[in-house]
Amino acid sequence: MRVLVLAEHDGQQLNSSVYQAVTAAKSWDGLIDILAVGNNIEQVVMQAAAITGVARVLRVDAPHLQHPLAEDIANTIMSIGTEYQVILAAHTSFSRNILPRAAALLDVAMISDVLQIKDNNIYMRSIYAGNVHATVQSIDNIQIITIHASSFSSANREGNAEIVSLKAQAAFAKTRWITEQHSISDRPALSSAKVVISGGRSLGSAENFEKVLSPLAKKLGAALGATRAAVDAGYAPNEIQVGQTGVVVAPELYFAIGVSGAVQHTYGMKDSRIVVAINQDPTAPIFEVADYGLVADLFEAVPDLFNQINSNQ
Amino acid sequence: MKILVAIKRVVDYNIKVRIKSDGSDVNVDGVKMGINPFDENAIEEALRLKERGLASEIIAVSLGSTANQDVLRHALAMGVDRAILLETDCILQPLGVAKLLKAVVELEKPDLILLGKQAIDSDAGQTGQMLAALLGYGQGTFVSNINVNNQEVTVTREVDGGTETLAIKLPAVLTADLRLNEPRFVKLPNLMMARKKPIENISATELDVNASPRLRLIEVTEPPPRKSGIKVKSVQELLQKLKELEGIEL
Repeated sequence: MRVLVLAEHDGQQLNSSVYQAVTAAKSWDGLIDILAVGNNIEQVVMQAAAITGVARVLRVDAPHLQHPLAEDIANTIMSIGTEYQVILAAHTSFSRNILPRAAALLDVAMISDVLQIKDNNIYMRSIYAGNVHATVQSIDNIQIITIHASSFSSANREGNAEIVSLKAQAAFAKTRWITEQHSISDRPALSSAKVVISGGRSLGSAENFEKVLSPLAKKLGAALGATRAAVDAGYAPNEIQVGQTGVVVAPELYFAIGVSGAVQHTYGMKDSRIVVAINQDPTAPIFEVADYGLVADLFEAVPDLFNQINSNQ
Repeated sequence: MKILVAIKRVVDYNIKVRIKSDGSDVNVDGVKMGINPFDENAIEEALRLKERGLASEIIAVSLGSTANQDVLRHALAMGVDRAILLETDCILQPLGVAKLLKAVVELEKPDLILLGKQAIDSDAGQTGQMLAALLGYGQGTFVSNINVNNQEVTVTREVDGGTETLAIKLPAVLTADLRLNEPRFVKLPNLMMARKKPIENISATELDVNASPRLRLIEVTEPPPRKSGIKVKSVQELLQKLKELEGIEL
């Protein structure tokens, strides 16, 4: 029995969700390998080898994999896939791009965004934006799944896995990487922040979004998030969208500021440990998922909160 | 350039679905259905490429029963040139859908295939990538911008923490993000006219495709509700409760 975990990284650092994927991989009683694909990924490979419970790190390192394409990684997975009974990764835009392609190449189904792994290839996952949980069983010989990272704890870093280099496949010639743009921010990454402050359409403008939420985020060392409504209205960039069509977060503390609480949004934050909602509308659905609700004008309550935190310190 | 757009009929995005009393599936009887929102973005983009003189013909295809004629008529009313209903009573799952769509691609030979990045019912987000794999084509997923020049399509992709730009040789498969565009409003006269337009039929049994499901649905359940929270009256009380009950001092 062998389980393969696909490693997401930026060339330097393993993505924190890889540690959660390894925990999910331990649901099977098998040897766990991690596949790392890139160019000059020594550091990433060392980090992967240090994850507790990993048997081997498979390193595919070549210049043409500097910005690896889904097509190239899927071909690599296909070349070794039949040696595994399970292939998994966290449900991020990285693996959502790659694993369906790999699944089709191996002629097996894929199970997306798994919340719970049970015996006999049975999984619970959410459908209809998290409004319904579906339990499904796969009949395939290889299980290809993405896991809902916040449903799994992170594996420790006390491992010492064997490192095995694999020869890279020829580059997929029909697709070329051109460029990437990452928002430069001194705030913590949204997907791994301990505190997240999200704003909704009630902020009213991009200026207000920044003016009201940024000072509080800075003071709390929090990441900023936004609802789809706020993003669509142009108040915030798409990459900080929290929800079904954005990022899924599960911080220790989540502030929903002027957020109505559409299921599209709550799907992306309801695993947070503590949810605080501030909204003027007492009937807003966000109060149904909030641990602490404050019915108040956000333009008064947020500066008040900022000041009171200040006075405590 | 010929564009094929694959569209799925799903429960309207405004409706909260209910579970059947025996927990065997969700209950969609009598529920308002419509075109999957991401697929509507895909249609809109195809129309815009045609309006810019970059595409000559747009074909919409949908898989399922005759009930799917409504979403195909919606696509016709938006402005697609042809509509194909691929009739099947099979339980459709992404791999099977990709295999059936591959057969349609082989019949129609489009240069560009557009799909939504995921369907809002099953939330799998797999079909486009699977179709690209089966065809051996390059793929551009979660795209928010598309440009076509010289047998190549340049796309901006929405990825965690930013965007990525790729150039993909045609034929290619792209999946649409909501940010790609704002789908046009369908005018009533167009909807009336679309009712008279023909919908071509292909029976899945005529195609040499095994689209049988690989996943068995065991049950559907309501997610456990979050424990009910409390209302606080002031910021001061909020900070006090966080400290006393949660051990969080801000």
